[in-house]
Amino acid sequence: MNNIIKRYIPQILAILFVVLIFGFLTLNAQTNMDNRGIDFGFGFLSQESSFDVQFSLIEYSGSDSYARAFLVGLLNTLLVSFISIIICTILGVIIGVARLSSNYLIKNSAAWYVEFFRNIPLLLQIFFWYYAALRALPMPEKADAWFGVTYMTVKGYYIPAMVWENLNVFLYCGLAAIIAIIVLRNYANNLRDTQGKQIPVLLYSVGLLIVLPLLSFLFGGVSLEFEIPELKKLSKISYIYEGGISLPPELIALVLALSLYTSTFVAECVRAGIEGVSKGQKEAAASVGLTPNQVLKLVIMPQALRIIIPPTTNQYLNLTKNSSLAAAIAYPDLVLVFAGTALMQTGKAIEIVSITMLTYLTISLTIAAIMNWYNKKIEIKEK
Amino acid sequence: MNNLKTIKYDRGIKMFKYSKKLFAFFAVLSMIFVVACDQQAGKQSKGKSKTLENTKKRGFVRCGVSQGLPGFSNADASGNWTGIDVDVCRAVAAATLGDASKVKFTPLSAKERFTALTSGEIDILARNTTWTLSRDADIGLTFVGVNFYDGQGFMVRKGSGIASTSEFNNGTSVCTNLGTTTELNMRDFFDSRGISYEPVVFEKADEVVAAYDAGRCDTYTTDKSGLAAQRTKLSAPDDHVVLPETISKEPLGPVVRQGDSIWEDIVRWSLNTMIEAEEYGVDSTNADMMKTSNNPAIKRLVGAEGELGAAFGLDNDWNYRIITQVGNYGESYKRNIADTGILPDRGPNELWTKGGILYVPPAR
Repeated sequence: MNNIIKRYIPQILAILFVVLIFGFLTLNAQTNMDNRGIDFGFGFLSQESSFDVQFSLIEYSGSDSYARAFLVGLLNTLLVSFISIIICTILGVIIGVARLSSNYLIKNSAAWYVEFFRNIPLLLQIFFWYYAALRALPMPEKADAWFGVTYMTVKGYYIPAMVWENLNVFLYCGLAAIIAIIVLRNYANNLRDTQGKQIPVLLYSVGLLIVLPLLSFLFGGVSLEFEIPELKKLSKISYIYEGGISLPPELIALVLALSLYTSTFVAECVRAGIEGVSKGQKEAAASVGLTPNQVLKLVIMPQALRIIIPPTTNQYLNLTKNSSLAAAIAYPDLVLVFAGTALMQTGKAIEIVSITMLTYLTISLTIAAIMNWYNKKIEIKEK
Repeated sequence: MNNLKTIKYDRGIKMFKYSKKLFAFFAVLSMIFVVACDQQAGKQSKGKSKTLENTKKRGFVRCGVSQGLPGFSNADASGNWTGIDVDVCRAVAAATLGDASKVKFTPLSAKERFTALTSGEIDILARNTTWTLSRDADIGLTFVGVNFYDGQGFMVRKGSGIASTSEFNNGTSVCTNLGTTTELNMRDFFDSRGISYEPVVFEKADEVVAAYDAGRCDTYTTDKSGLAAQRTKLSAPDDHVVLPETISKEPLGPVVRQGDSIWEDIVRWSLNTMIEAEEYGVDSTNADMMKTSNNPAIKRLVGAEGELGAAFGLDNDWNYRIITQVGNYGESYKRNIADTGILPDRGPNELWTKGGILYVPPAR
């Protein structure tokens, strides 16, 4: 009993201490706000925002509430983080593997790439891609078509929009293909374990993924049309494209800067991971008769991933937090829309900043949780 | 087995000692916090201006200005601030400290300005800030007056052939500043006309200029004085034109924190003194002569009659110092806005006696 008390007293005191600090901060803020006649409360969230946002994934106009403006900003932050994470991972893996290449040119250009992009401050890179690239891009009326139907202009990248008919049938077919692939894999594993036969699962999987959705076009009544952007005159000298989807240059510049910058760190993680697996593993795997592909897939990668995942998670978290630099180039992310315009219009600094902080915390913790789950899944399972 | 027990026992003792120390540490810390809380709660001033006292103790006025808006608040290469907003702060420094140069300027973005003021970083916000109901009432601020009557306008490229705001088409992209009334007016303007537009919103004015200059936007909107000033920063200023329409009222003026009414009065009447001095023809060159004027209103303005300063806890020469060190409103306008070619025509910012709307309560 005595022991238990001794053990818990420091912990209780520590909690008490934290509570006291927060209590003090809250009290202090409250007194100061009272003195200055500032109200505290979250009622403003349901008020009309009365400002517009440049780019939004959901329907939004100035007559919507501040809460919806928050959602617009949040989705834009998630969008830019999601795209950048995917691009930086792909790039990072390629560059990381390239750094280990035996080809002198590939190896050194990869090394140069890493040293160049990771040693320039991110904000400068964002400014570079936005202002330098912006000035170099043509006005809409002078833009050449890329791939026939897309236009890269100073006002954004215009791409055709897809107009679907019976989209749900197409999606069901895609789902069916995925289920079929899982079944096939289990069957193939079973076949290998019981009879030692190998079938090219990857080839079949890709085939399924293409053929099944394709069938939906032929028999399911699915049709897909493209709405191609067309030049429209705004005034004597200014034009825009109408129809299709327009990706604002702010988004493109931000994605470019974030993914190029973070890919260098991912590349280093990948290189570390692969180099971290001892040579003996590769040689042992080869000596039991595995093909080079199997060596990489079954022996090297599972071990390398264990080293790669935790530091890469950090890079994903950094990327997401860095996306808040968006405000510098007018990309309407959470910081610009909510902690910027909304804060200014309402003056609710404490409320809005704490909501924003909590939101970033939640996003980061979610990413960390997903990556930790994945890490758990691939870590050594001692039997 | 025995060994294990001994270890556990040892640990227990260590833990106990450790926890005792911890306890003492936390106890002391919490006591400090409780005392600090008490002091915070007791911080209330009555009758006197805390801000004035602190300013005198500090020896300079803390003034929040823009990050560079020619004519209003702009720093030159050697760090000297000029502009009509800057002159308001200088006037307050002259009145309270006797020296117009004793001002510390803090450049603030539109987003930071109110927080800087309410949190006590600065004591006057003179940053071309529009006086609106919600700002005045909601966020712990008090507007003391208007030192520039402005309105929002649009700038377009000359070659576009657009001569009026009624010629904007659907899909127009508009560059502007974050956290200003501009963002709201813009929405009112386009929504009421049913025109779809793309707002491109930057935090700094220089970024807006750069993006507009690069052709990112078809038009640039902000207060007309701002457009006139920013136009000079474009790569080819003559290729751009400010449209004639004014889509909003933007009375710009200095702001102070709520809750210190004496400080509020000092700033208000420092501004009013500058305007009234122009009305009575008192300027920095003739203020000494005016001390012997026959007109009692003029004598009051230069501190030769009455006890106007006493109400604020200032000496009687406070307004004389403003006029001699900073000048009257007309001088300030000429020096900062007319002579720099930003807006040579005073428009509404002319005295009420000369067809403008500058009209201040009498200083008596």
